[in-house]
Amino acid sequence: MSAPLDRRAVVAALLERRETLLVVAGLGSPAWDCAAAGDHPLTFPLWGAMGSASMIGMGLALAQPERRVLVITGDGEMLMGLGSLATIGAQRPRNLALVVLDNERYGETGMQETHTAHGVDLAAVAQACGFPVARRVSAPVEIAPMRGAVLEASGPLFFQVKVGAGASAPALPPRDGGYLKQRFREALLGSDALR
Amino acid sequence: MSDRNRRTSAEPAWPAAIHDVLKSRGVRQVAYVPDAGHRRLIELCHADRSLVTVPLTSEEQGIGLAAGAWLGGQRAVLLTQSSGVGNCVNAFTLGSNCGFPLLLVVTMRGEWGEFNPWQIPMGQAVEPVLHASGVRSFRLERPEDAAATVDAAAGLAFDGYAMAAVLVSQKMLGAKSFAGAR
Repeated sequence: MSAPLDRRAVVAALLERRETLLVVAGLGSPAWDCAAAGDHPLTFPLWGAMGSASMIGMGLALAQPERRVLVITGDGEMLMGLGSLATIGAQRPRNLALVVLDNERYGETGMQETHTAHGVDLAAVAQACGFPVARRVSAPVEIAPMRGAVLEASGPLFFQVKVGAGASAPALPPRDGGYLKQRFREALLGSDALR
Repeated sequence: MSDRNRRTSAEPAWPAAIHDVLKSRGVRQVAYVPDAGHRRLIELCHADRSLVTVPLTSEEQGIGLAAGAWLGGQRAVLLTQSSGVGNCVNAFTLGSNCGFPLLLVVTMRGEWGEFNPWQIPMGQAVEPVLHASGVRSFRLERPEDAAATVDAAAGLAFDGYAMAAVLVSQKMLGAKSFAGAR
């Protein structure tokens, strides 16, 4: 069994030369991981509304069918919004990918174990909900194919990435929600953002 | 006249009026958890190919969906029963904190002539909960006011960057009854 993947390295690989990719980052460590890879106007990091990341991604994917939308979130955040997998599986947005960084812990609240530490298989849930691609990723060699799929494959896609539980240095994105929303819209929509 | 036509002609006009307002206000994504009071409006939205209908498994998903739609330049609406308002509370931070517009059309239970005691607590809590969460509410009591009320709420939401809910009263919808099953 190989060493667990490094979450920062996984996110950096996903976001490198991201070009037109639209990103939603779930609250806590996934948002910090995205900030560590480089804060970007087309990343919408959450500081609350736990459980909402995947549905924000779907609303965005439906509104922007020509763009690729990537939700990067954690196992605790995904578990809180588990019903969203059924909703996304039924809707089948082709341009949406969910990447769950699964460290089997609630990282912001004292590293308590989540349900994935007790046998709950998120990729199997996504597969059962009808995601055409629902895979567990646990080896470095799988990262590049995952990135390729996120950018091109017909979705919705689900990747459960097993990462280590070690803490990373804090890397905080801006937390003013109005700013985060408006800079995203301006970067995506140009002058239409102010309508 | 066939039975089918007779039933169609008996449909109330207000769901079509709300559908028209949603279109004129540029709504493109219609999220819902089914409710008997929304049945006709849901049918109209499904039949409208210019709208994307998104059935949800729980109402708070619609708050996230609406935020994502707005990030992408589209407008969304959430159709829900009053009990679903309680499921949305934590997600309302997206509106109050980020300024995402949010339009809800809520069919009420637990008020006028409610027979099911389990519906009453959430039904009675809808307005205090909405107001405590920063959502403005407009009561819709008469079918002929449907278009104007939804239009006013949509204006507050999409032009005013606010959260607004239309509460369709149980008096207008007609209280559900299982009397025939007793």
